[in-house]
Amino acid sequence: MTDVRADSFDAMPAEERERIRVEEENRRLAQERKKIARDGPKLRGAKLEARLEATWRRPPGIIGWLATVDHKEIGRRYIITALLFLALGGVLALAMRLQLARPDSALIGAERYNQIFTMHGSTMMFLFAVPVMEGVGVYIIPLMLGTRSTAFPRLNAFSYFMYLFGGLLLWVAFVLNIGPDVGWFAYTPLSGPQFSPGKRADIWAQMITFTEVSALAAAVVLVCTILKARAPGMTLARMPLFAWAMLVQAVMIIFAMPAIALCSSMLISDRLIGTNFYNAAEHGDALLWQHLFWFFGHPEVYIIFIPATGFVSMITETFCRRPVFAHAVVVLALISTGILAFGLWVHHMFATGLPRVGYSFYTAASMSVSIPTGLQIFCWLATMWDGRPRFQVPMLYVVGFIITFVIGGLTGVMVAAVPLDLQLHDTYFVVAHFHYVLIGGAVFPLLGVLTYWYPKITGRMMSETLGKITFWLTFIGFHMTFFPMHWSGLLGMPRRVYTYPAGLGLEVPNLISSIGAFVLATAVLLFVLNGLFSLYRGAIATPNPWGASTLEWATSSPPPVYNFAHIPVVESDTPLWDVEGELPVVTGLRVDEKETLLTTVVAATPDVREPIPAASLWPFISAIAVGIVFIASIFSPWALAVGVIPCAIALTAWFWPKELKRHPEPVIS
Amino acid sequence: MILEPRFTDDVSDLPTHKFGPSSLTWWGVLGYMVIEGAAFALAFAAYFFLMGHEQGWPPEGRAAPDMLAGTIFTIVILLSEYPNTLAKRAARAGDVAAIRILLPVMVAIGAVLLVIRGFEFNSLNCRWTDDAYSSIIWALLLLHTGHILTDWLDTVVLAGLMFTPVAYEGRRQVDVDENSMYWRYVWLLWIPIYAMIYWVPRL
Repeated sequence: MTDVRADSFDAMPAEERERIRVEEENRRLAQERKKIARDGPKLRGAKLEARLEATWRRPPGIIGWLATVDHKEIGRRYIITALLFLALGGVLALAMRLQLARPDSALIGAERYNQIFTMHGSTMMFLFAVPVMEGVGVYIIPLMLGTRSTAFPRLNAFSYFMYLFGGLLLWVAFVLNIGPDVGWFAYTPLSGPQFSPGKRADIWAQMITFTEVSALAAAVVLVCTILKARAPGMTLARMPLFAWAMLVQAVMIIFAMPAIALCSSMLISDRLIGTNFYNAAEHGDALLWQHLFWFFGHPEVYIIFIPATGFVSMITETFCRRPVFAHAVVVLALISTGILAFGLWVHHMFATGLPRVGYSFYTAASMSVSIPTGLQIFCWLATMWDGRPRFQVPMLYVVGFIITFVIGGLTGVMVAAVPLDLQLHDTYFVVAHFHYVLIGGAVFPLLGVLTYWYPKITGRMMSETLGKITFWLTFIGFHMTFFPMHWSGLLGMPRRVYTYPAGLGLEVPNLISSIGAFVLATAVLLFVLNGLFSLYRGAIATPNPWGASTLEWATSSPPPVYNFAHIPVVESDTPLWDVEGELPVVTGLRVDEKETLLTTVVAATPDVREPIPAASLWPFISAIAVGIVFIASIFSPWALAVGVIPCAIALTAWFWPKELKRHPEPVIS
Repeated sequence: MILEPRFTDDVSDLPTHKFGPSSLTWWGVLGYMVIEGAAFALAFAAYFFLMGHEQGWPPEGRAAPDMLAGTIFTIVILLSEYPNTLAKRAARAGDVAAIRILLPVMVAIGAVLLVIRGFEFNSLNCRWTDDAYSSIIWALLLLHTGHILTDWLDTVVLAGLMFTPVAYEGRRQVDVDENSMYWRYVWLLWIPIYAMIYWVPRL
């Protein structure tokens, strides 16, 4: 009987045989599928946790460290790396303040000073501010949304390594005395081949390439996570404000970063292969650089600021013990800030000469962006007014933020007016303004939120007493450093000049600024010491030490590698405040392979079960391949042509399944 | 304390793949399409910005690019949408046999396009070092070549994967579906570039 069947099987046409084989395979897989272990009432508690732990744990050792795709590990690395760059950029700031403490100082020469302010700005913008916001997002967002992983976790790992390599490129070059010296915005023609021979400007431009690839990858990861991986029931309307802020920020990165990718590539090609984009002698235009750069550069400051407003909303809600006043208004304010931010870039170019209607339009646009931001501030104030604020350390930073940021916002409205801007352009008044909005608007909330999420990340509390001392030193040190700069700017002191003569009345404000800088540095040092000390001595944190409402506090501190034993369900705006003793969950995800749940974009109803990729070395290897190509292309354009090959191999290996056989349910090996 | 779970719903019957906006990679592809679209849009803006400075376009003394290679390229890439649509439909229908024919066809078309592209570079009548006009023309063509090349490599890898047993996994068919979606984007973006390189200098 079997022989007959085998004979007729062999006699069939090839397609028919293939079809029968596939059908048999499908039946076998369907049988196996029934045996798959899933979480549920029968598989819960310690037994479930042990199995999930074994499934989600990364391989041990250095290989596992490089191969991990756990968003918590990657987010932690992002935050720590960014804080190291903050320290490096801060040391450069101290060097500048030492130089400027006295008139006619000969401590640092003009040339070195050019490098130092370029490195300070580039480090703070590209290697600290944007990555730290993305790092916090990468760590917290999946926990806050009640899921087990970010989308595309390997892309996430790749983005971290690209960022790290870009930062190393810049700083190794600086140490080798080939660091850039053309300002953090590298204006042409100064940065072009004629006025910047050598490799300094190329190093800057390629550092940009690294960080932009990294930021874009992280932005895609965050957008997809926020839209598709929210817990069932967390509709867009119920989504926490920090997730909204990260969504708006990531979309802004997606639209803004291509501008700098384009203009820095054009700069490199002008320098390396003789194109003429910015070369006026061959009908190029240096102002093309400014337009493209600021089309990125202005949204960039909102890319830094908007996540910080998310921090402020979360802290305000928790420490005032009521939901943020007018949730919908805050969301709309975030979105409109994100859109308006793309219509302001020309206000950086008022001094270049514009059509008169351009002056009016961009003045109006620049002033109008203060409206949504103002709305948000009123919403936070109303939340405090109506709530019962507890002035613990994170909340103190929020108060410090509001005071400082409002001052910076007001000077922003001032310089939005063309006549005043032309007077103050390139003076210390502008330096004061943007440090008020960037440190006041982003670093204060960041320090607050690091204190706030520290127990979630480490499992211990930071010292409250030391934290309060740190806050006050930060607040006083900051204003002492930057308030006198308004004064020196109004007196006409220009930016980016390594010294100033005695007798112009600039001595006192500069000396106060320099003393303040050291107070601020002391505060940052105290913050770091508090963080390190509390790792070992801090009080053990409970899962929800601040009594907050969002889902990241529903799991243990620190969270297990799989985040949640069961995927939580959201039934209200403030889930943890509204559940009564029990957390609603869905069940049925795989236990022996990595899997999470995707939901629909708006209503967040369960949609698809999604396999999560295993740990893999290929993102790291791909980052190395791409990194070598980027660095080699500083020296020869052929690096791009030749480099396509190793990059293609590494990326193919990244995607290629490790076993070419079918599983009962898909896995990403 | 960790809250005790209250079991509501069971999701084990949900599918492990879906086509379109339910797919996570669909959103990822969309994200990268927007990134590339933003870069192209700004390159177009740079083109018109530089054009605004000139008395003539192309600048005086320079000939507009020759039409032949670019026009053949345009016709071929537009016609490629037919097998591309067939591949997309085959993916949605789970018809592995058809995919195994159509993806190699798309690989062959991509290879032909890359060859024609070589002739296009040769018919621009300028070198990128000549002036700003030449630089931006070369930049547009190079950007789009990068676009073709990445999608072609992706199609090659995917076609290779389709000849393994993995081809029968639904998620791989979603990959084919989204690869076809991306190809549509590649040729859609070509249309304005074609106009800018070959027709705007002739206006």
